[in-house]
Order: sequence, then structure tokens, then C-alpha cells
Amino acid sequence: MKVLVAVKRVVDYNVKVRVKADNSGVDLANVKMSMNPFCEIAVEEAVRLKEKGVATEIVVVSIGPTTAQEQLRTALALGADRAILVESAEDLTSLAVAKLLKAVVDKEQPQLVILGKQAIDSDNNQTGQMLAALSGYGQGTFASKVEVSGDSVAVTREIDGGAQTVALKLPAIVTTDLRLNEPRYASLPNIMKAKKKPLEVLTPDALGVSTASTNKTVKVEAPAARSAGIKVKSVAELVEKLKNEAKVI
Amino acid sequence: MTILVIAEHDNKALAPATLNTVAAAAKIGGDVHVLVAGQGVSAVAEAAAQIAGVAKVLSADNAAYAHQLPENVAPLVAELGKGYSHILAAATSNGKNILPRVAAALDVDQISEIISVESADTFKRPIYAGNAIATVQSNAAVKVITVRATGFDPVAAEGGSAAVEAVGAAHDAGISSFVGEELAKSDRPELTAAKIVVSGGRGMQNGDNFKHLYALADKLGAAVGASRAAVDAGFVPNDMQVGQTGKIVAPQLYIAVGISGAIQHLAGMKDSKVIVAINKDEEAPIFQVADYGLVADLFEAIPELEKLV
Repeated sequence: MKVLVAVKRVVDYNVKVRVKADNSGVDLANVKMSMNPFCEIAVEEAVRLKEKGVATEIVVVSIGPTTAQEQLRTALALGADRAILVESAEDLTSLAVAKLLKAVVDKEQPQLVILGKQAIDSDNNQTGQMLAALSGYGQGTFASKVEVSGDSVAVTREIDGGAQTVALKLPAIVTTDLRLNEPRYASLPNIMKAKKKPLEVLTPDALGVSTASTNKTVKVEAPAARSAGIKVKSVAELVEKLKNEAKVI
Repeated sequence: MTILVIAEHDNKALAPATLNTVAAAAKIGGDVHVLVAGQGVSAVAEAAAQIAGVAKVLSADNAAYAHQLPENVAPLVAELGKGYSHILAAATSNGKNILPRVAAALDVDQISEIISVESADTFKRPIYAGNAIATVQSNAAVKVITVRATGFDPVAAEGGSAAVEAVGAAHDAGISSFVGEELAKSDRPELTAAKIVVSGGRGMQNGDNFKHLYALADKLGAAVGASRAAVDAGFVPNDMQVGQTGKIVAPQLYIAVGISGAIQHLAGMKDSKVIVAINKDEEAPIFQVADYGLVADLFEAIPELEKLV
């Protein structure tokens, strides 16, 4: 079966971002960019499905600027077979991305689509669910275990009180949680080989998708800073402060 | 303006997060209706009708909604939601699972995890793991929003007297089914609602050592949380994880024990009123956000702390 994996280029998770002085957004100039950590887990899961003989082809897709080709090459080096970039310079909302992915899904007809549960930049946690709604497929969000059998997939999901398992008819949408797997590293020979794998570039216009949005970001501010705390010398002093100064116990 | 709030529940009891969501709806202004979708939910619908400020409760009681599978619940919410100005749900795993599916069905963008209401169409939400706060304006006909519970003080659970109206609509997409669930059992307060949270990190060294935290927590009436490092190392189950990818808490007092304070962990707790850090590494980033820091070996400090409180 064919598996489609969506990946996003985001600021590296170790970078402490700074808000721009004019409050128009965060400063991403000269900041290290990487594949969103949840997307790495999605790629890894697809590769494992292929190694188990469940998946026959892995198509990886990204929507973003030309530079997102780097992240697609990374996914190819990790084991994806071919890549699609839907090139768009503007910042798209989750709904616009879901519509573009729906167009790619219609074109490619995968049996399983794997996405990360959220991107660590916008922290939206929407795209997978929206794609499922638009395509009319079942959704297995926050997956910690994925088992394909016949024409259905059993997804164990992380929920607030523990874990829940649902069975979905294929084709279906799965979004990954952190504990689904431990992503591998790309080896140097595979990075070299990935350069020769096919990478198709499309545009939203070519897919016939409008990316207009009902949301507008008015401004972006730094969060209120916490006032500096103090270091106490002993447990007794800590308890005294909590009781008499902070009055929280 | 009429606002639809999706109740968070387990078919038996209404979850406290619903009260915070109603509080957000009250800030927007207008009539507040609550939808209870599930199976055998009459007690939940009755509880929802008691919430202060709720004008009407819609009860969709059907086997198709028993486990709140989004494939079945989202079409129901989208159908009912068309006549409302806003649809709100708590940013719990259920709310996050269902609501984007509703937004896409209504062809509108969603606003996730708002922490404040600026006006009926403008909201604030954290991005980049809480390192920036975005103000977002929506011109959608129906504004679809998830609410971060810790951003809003809950409304009173009593004092309302809303009418309960049955909703007959049954949507069964037939593409998903519930197989089973495994819930972690705990007698301590729920993590996201607790007044005091005691959290352990990799510094706890093993799962057995968490008993020191449990003892302290029981003395304080606190919930016990953990960092991702502690969860990944298998010390504790993952529903205890506090952080960007776990639970967001904002208790009166947060005690971080053996936690270095990575950006992803801070995203889940830095709105706590008072933060205490106990760590033997005085360079640990957690001390930059802690109101009270104690540089000490946690295995000596925690038993002593337990004795003194």
C-alpha cells in the first residue's frame, strides 16, 4: 500500500525564538531550521511499515518555501521513495494546508496518510484532523501505536487519562505522538542517494486550491517575563517562605 | 450572538474543564448553549444545566456518540453549529481531536488554545512553545475555538437552571470503531485542576523513587506530574507528562524536582503562580523561572520537606 507522509520545515526545537521589535512575528532570519520533531516520527513510522512489508511506497510531501526541499531530502534519506513540494512563500493556516494536502491525496490515492500531531511553531494541532474531515476518512490522532491489518488500521491513542484504541477503515489519517517511535538518523550514503530521488514541485494554483484565510494575526508579543526569584539556603527556609511570604501552603 | 460550548465528559460526569470553557464563552458575551454528546448522558446534561450562565443544554444521546469518535461527533457539531456565532471546546485530548474536524467541515480556520478573549472576534494564544503570544482576529461566520482551561477561572457549577433539549440527529459515519481503553488510576487530584503540583524529572533516577514525591504530594493534597525525560525513561506513565506535548498546568504552587527546565517543559507550567525548583545543578535553566530555588540533593531535601509541611 502507498503511504503519504506530510512534513513541515520549522525552527529547530532547541532554538529560543525572539519576537520581532515591531511585533509582526518572531525573528526567523539566520535561525536554524529543521524538520518538525513530530514529522520525523511520522516518517520513521512509514519507513518501519515499509520494512515490515506493509507499505510498498512512501511519498513525502511538504508545503512551504523552496528551502523546504532540505526537509524533503532528509525524509528521502531516511527512506521515503519520492517527494512532492507544494511551493508557497506565504504563511498558510492549517485549513489551507489541509486543503492542499487533500488535493495531493486525491492525486496520489494513498491508503494511509501520516502527519505529526502538531508543529512546534504554530502549536495548532489541527491539520491532520482537518485533512480527515475534508477527505471523509477516519482519524487516529496522537498515535502511540499503529497496526495495519487487512483493510483496517488499529491506532492506540494517547488521551488525557491514559490510552485508547480505535479501529479505522482504510484509507485513514494518523497523527503521531512522541512515543510512537524513536526516529533514526540518516546515514551519509543515504543522504547522497537521496539527492537522486525524484522531487516534484507543485503550486497551489496548479492544484486548484485557494489558500484564503478567515484568520489574521494582528500582533505577536513576548510573554510576560517572570520576576526574578531567590535562592533559599535550606528546606526549612523554603517552607517558611512558602507559608509566610507566598502563602501557598 | 449565541455560543455553543461542547461539554467535556466521560458519559457519567461533567469534566471541570467545561466550566473554564463556559467562562471563556461568558467573556465573549451572548447566550451560552452547551452540547452534551454521548451515550446515557442524562446525568451529565443535568449537571450542565446547573452551570451558572448556561441558557440551554442540548443532549445528543446516541450509541454512535458513546466514545465521542470524531467521525461521528464532528458532523453533529458542524450541523448544530451553523446557527451559532462561536463554537468552543476545552483544549483537552477530546476537544483537540474533534474541533478541527468541525472547523474544516464548516470551511473556517480554527483558533487553538486561546488564553484570553480580547473581543468577540479577537483572541490571544501562545505559539512557539509559549515563547510568543499571538493576537489572532477571525472574520469567520462561525468562530471555532479551543480554550486552554488554565487561562480562565471556572464559572460556578451551581446556580443555573437551563432547559435540557434532546437532539435526535444521529450521525454514524461507519468508518471508525472503539476497541478499548486503558486508564491510569489515581486517587490524587487531577493534574490540570490541582492547586499544587509536584513534578519529578530525570533526576528521580527511577520509578521507585517517585514514592518520595507521592508522599510529599499526599501531605500537600497535590497532584504529581513529570517531565518528558521521566516519562521516556519509563519512571511514570505518559499521562503525567507536563509540557508542550503533555499537559498544561497553572497551579498555585508548582514544585519541580530534579527537572532541568527545557523549553518544552516550561511551556507546560510557567504560568504557575509560584514555582519552586529543587535541583543539585545550580546552573539548571529551571532556576531562571523559579520564585524559590533550592540547590540541594533531592533525596535529602524531599523527605525533609515532607516532614516540615
